[in-house]
Amino acid sequence: MQNIKIVAAGDSSLLIEFGNEINEEINRKITTIVQLMRDQQIEGVVDVIPAFCSLLINYDPRIVSFEKMQRRMHALVKMDLKGGAGRKRIFEIPVCYGGEYGPDIGTIASHGGLTEKEVIEIHSSRDYLIYMLGFLPGFCYLGGLDERIHTPRLANPRVKINAGSVGIGGSQTGIYPLDSPGGWQLMGMTPVKTYDPSREVPILLEAGDYIRFVPVDEAEYRRIKDLVERGEYQCIIHEGEM
Amino acid sequence: MGIRILKGGMLTTVQDLGRTGYQSQGFGVSGVMDVRSFRIANLLLDNPENEAVLEFTLIGPTLEFTATSIIAITGGDFQPTINGEPAPMYTAIYMKKGDILKFGSARTGTRGYVAFSGYLGIPVVMGSRCTNLKSHLGGFKGRKLEAGDYINFRIKRPYLPFFLSRTLDLDEFDQEEATLRVVMGPQEDRFSKQGIKTFLNSEYVVTSDFDRMGCRLDGPFIAPKETSDIISDGIVFGSIQVPSHGKPIILLADRQTTGGYAKIATVASVDIPKLVQRKTDHRIRFQAISVQEAQKLYMDEVKELDRMRKKIHQPCREVLECRLAAKRITRLFTS
Repeated sequence: MQNIKIVAAGDSSLLIEFGNEINEEINRKITTIVQLMRDQQIEGVVDVIPAFCSLLINYDPRIVSFEKMQRRMHALVKMDLKGGAGRKRIFEIPVCYGGEYGPDIGTIASHGGLTEKEVIEIHSSRDYLIYMLGFLPGFCYLGGLDERIHTPRLANPRVKINAGSVGIGGSQTGIYPLDSPGGWQLMGMTPVKTYDPSREVPILLEAGDYIRFVPVDEAEYRRIKDLVERGEYQCIIHEGEM
Repeated sequence: MGIRILKGGMLTTVQDLGRTGYQSQGFGVSGVMDVRSFRIANLLLDNPENEAVLEFTLIGPTLEFTATSIIAITGGDFQPTINGEPAPMYTAIYMKKGDILKFGSARTGTRGYVAFSGYLGIPVVMGSRCTNLKSHLGGFKGRKLEAGDYINFRIKRPYLPFFLSRTLDLDEFDQEEATLRVVMGPQEDRFSKQGIKTFLNSEYVVTSDFDRMGCRLDGPFIAPKETSDIISDGIVFGSIQVPSHGKPIILLADRQTTGGYAKIATVASVDIPKLVQRKTDHRIRFQAISVQEAQKLYMDEVKELDRMRKKIHQPCREVLECRLAAKRITRLFTS
């Protein structure tokens, strides 16, 4: 990671480029730096946008100049060249796969020459790193989808996809945080709200967290959904060292 | 007591400087499009610098006041009237209960602003009162204003010192072309030398694809070296992205937080108002400046606003010009 570049993005922002590839090591480093910045409360910083392999920083030029900000960020980036020495959180996301909950699971199965059961097994057998959030409030870009279940997007996107839908779009998988149009192949639904504006913390997941999809049957889906509606559901989180 | 919306206009929303601090969770910033006009409107009333205002687009709203308030109108000329009489802009105006403030269509510019000394009774959501239309968040029920909506004032503030001094020169919005100063990058290296030359030496035209989210321009093809697709990264107010069709798209207040097209340059903050006040078919040129120059321009504008603040806090010259003073004082007493 020698090729870190810090460049201006206009007069009120700078962009730190950590390389030009999507990998877990680079992304963990970005997560670590964002945590460091939150701890240090750097003067003049207004907001941050961590992405796959870059970190954008909005700052107030009335308080700090580009050169000063660039120097501070150079120092911060050097401070932690290992990266990823933080805590690891894995969120269990219960998913009711197939049927009316996942109308496209048949398409995903036939595209990969698999049975629906195999698709569910493959999708729920690994933990997915949240590389970044974007597109919609709480929308997580996940990495590491098994190639056997990569499936092209719908030729004709749906006008409305319900919040909680779990789907596959090309080589990506994810959860729709709110009702939205979209072209992903839908394989299931989670009763967990990844975005709830009425909750004290509206967004459940952060970049750097992991997601583990856990298959549940319809009865369990309904049970959890009731708890969620009453505000009594606690997401199961596994914590550990990296 | 506050304002009742009699007509919503084309797109009238509650805005401030935007909802920052949540972009890492995917929340866009939103906020006003023309920051300068916004700042001047609040400045005229001694409001806090981030106090919420109404922003309207192309066709303005009609408002009925159900309480006394002082207001200031800035931005494009929407031919405002109070009870049918032309209303001054860039001036503190005393509004009484029952007064009707009516905006027409934009004679110059595209966006107008009105600030209130009583402060709009809009709840703060995640640190801001601004409306995020896409996420249906903040502002008035997360949406644009419509006839029948009612907004209370948070406080009574029917008096401001140096009232007659509270008038400033009008900003001009009638130009049909603008040169936007830009800081190159962050991905100028994705474009060929010829591509950058084209970008900086050509005239581009504002298309009808122009809303709070962004402005698409039409003009000569800006060639990338290979592809203009990048691994998605953060976007700022004024990012100029160039997808493979080679035409610039300038991202504005309602931009998404991240995007996957290379950004050839970023518009200097002080020049964004020049763009957002233009109309379809107006012409745009780009001029490269350094980040240091852009930050100096930013600070120069801060100083200019400070001078305006000083000016409106001095005893009024006009008091000597009896007729003008009499005209403005009359409004305080007639109903």
